[in-house]
Amino acid sequence: MDRPANHPVRLYTPPATLAGKFWDWRYLILRRLTQFSILALFLGTARFGWEIAGRPLLSGNLSASELLGVLPMADPFAVLQQLLTRHLLESEVLIGAAIVMGVYFLIGGRTFCAWVCPVNPVTDFAGWLRNKLRIPNMFWIPRQLRYWVLALALVLSALLGVAAFEWVSPISLLHREIIYGAGLGLTAVAGIFLFDLLVEKHGWCGHLCPLGAFYALLGRFALLRVRFDDPGCTRCGECVRVCPEPKVLDFKLAAQNGLIISGACSNCARCIPICPEGSLKFGLRVRAPITPNHGG
Amino acid sequence: MQTRRREFLVKSVQGTAIAACGGLLWGHLLRQEAVASVLALRPPGALPEADFAAQCIKCGQCANACPYDTLKMATAGSGMPIGTPYFEPRKIPCYMCTDIPCVPPCPTGALSRNLKDITKSRMGLAVIDEENCLSWLGLRCEVCYRVCPVKGRAITIENHPRQISKHAMFVPLVHGSDCTGCGLCEQACPTQVAAIRIINPSLVQGKIGEHYRLGWKQENEITQDFQTSPGTPPMAEEPPAPKTAPGMDTLNQGIEY
Repeated sequence: MDRPANHPVRLYTPPATLAGKFWDWRYLILRRLTQFSILALFLGTARFGWEIAGRPLLSGNLSASELLGVLPMADPFAVLQQLLTRHLLESEVLIGAAIVMGVYFLIGGRTFCAWVCPVNPVTDFAGWLRNKLRIPNMFWIPRQLRYWVLALALVLSALLGVAAFEWVSPISLLHREIIYGAGLGLTAVAGIFLFDLLVEKHGWCGHLCPLGAFYALLGRFALLRVRFDDPGCTRCGECVRVCPEPKVLDFKLAAQNGLIISGACSNCARCIPICPEGSLKFGLRVRAPITPNHGG
Repeated sequence: MQTRRREFLVKSVQGTAIAACGGLLWGHLLRQEAVASVLALRPPGALPEADFAAQCIKCGQCANACPYDTLKMATAGSGMPIGTPYFEPRKIPCYMCTDIPCVPPCPTGALSRNLKDITKSRMGLAVIDEENCLSWLGLRCEVCYRVCPVKGRAITIENHPRQISKHAMFVPLVHGSDCTGCGLCEQACPTQVAAIRIINPSLVQGKIGEHYRLGWKQENEITQDFQTSPGTPPMAEEPPAPKTAPGMDTLNQGIEY
């Protein structure tokens, strides 16, 4: 790839001022805020009976819930597994799953992973600690494995007549036990933490989780994407180093499309503030890619 | 070409083997965890346990709707199927709200909306341990009878004459036809460990089958094999019940029973 000769490669330098640092952490702070506020809304409704005008604020959990007693929401992957058990479900949960699917179809399926999922702070912490302690990978696991786990979850649901992943999902387990009372489910999450810390980098979210795989497939055509400005990019590689799904930052593909097209991108936006050239930004998927290099 | 084909075949078989191993382990875990549990007492209107296990999405909206905090969500390692709602009557029983607030919030129909009358729900069946029931031991208790919300139908008090004492025993009997399994009796039972408990009916309830006829009960019509010929006189009526219970003549003299 030709780069402008007068364009020196700079690396990311953390801002000196605290305000600058916070500005660079803006998406991280926003992500934690959304994650914990969603959790708090569920928790407050279940434990303290939060309500508005007599209607429960957000009753249920990420598997299925109801906002203000009117808007149903449901985990489309859980509902898909339940449908495969050949049971007739009430319309609420089907409508709820359709609503959630529609939203993630637009904003990117794996936006759930980085902005909503309660396991994300755990695995992010494991990843951060792993970096600090410089722990190497124990062995190589293909990232495609999660799609096989997804397929297996669907096959087992049909064969055994129970929602195969939903029953053992550490995501649902953690979320539920935070909201309704803690049990041994938290050990499953400790397992994920140790796996991510000591065994495989981004092991759970990046290699195994079938819910993430489901959302990656759902988010293939998402409207909200990280846009890529190819002329500004010096290929310094800072974005690839912080990305939990480095394969999605394929410069050739990104340059051709003007954006990150892979559904595996979780819109976590780690790459945006770290880019020294400001070549990565949130934007919308538009028909004509803005790539002057390619006859734009 | 040959080696590439061989490589592909070996890779496919290896992949299938890994998937099969993973599937078996996962399936085993599910059969341990996701099985229908006869020990779990479910909310009113719950589908038969196997269907309930398939349809409950474990969202806890029923538990949120319960005004008495009766319903709990099973945590991992609690012995109940993970994440499903259940209740422990000795701690908090089901108070049988007439509007059944826990059923409509269920988004999947694991709690059936066909349940309109709470007295028709069958969460379990009260079972009495006669060896440790105060009433069966000869004391006056009948607490279960008094707290029962389906009073006089789910639990009745029978009086039994005793051989060596002139005091009769007043013993509670549970009737599966009307017991909802709400567990108010289990909670109220004054013994150290409840002598009346709610249990999944399948663990204790027998079935007489089709071929027995309780000929003395009017609702059991005589089958055509035994149809009386038109000429025979009607069967003799049962002798009138004694006006007083056995023992009453000496015990409570002068008091109308």
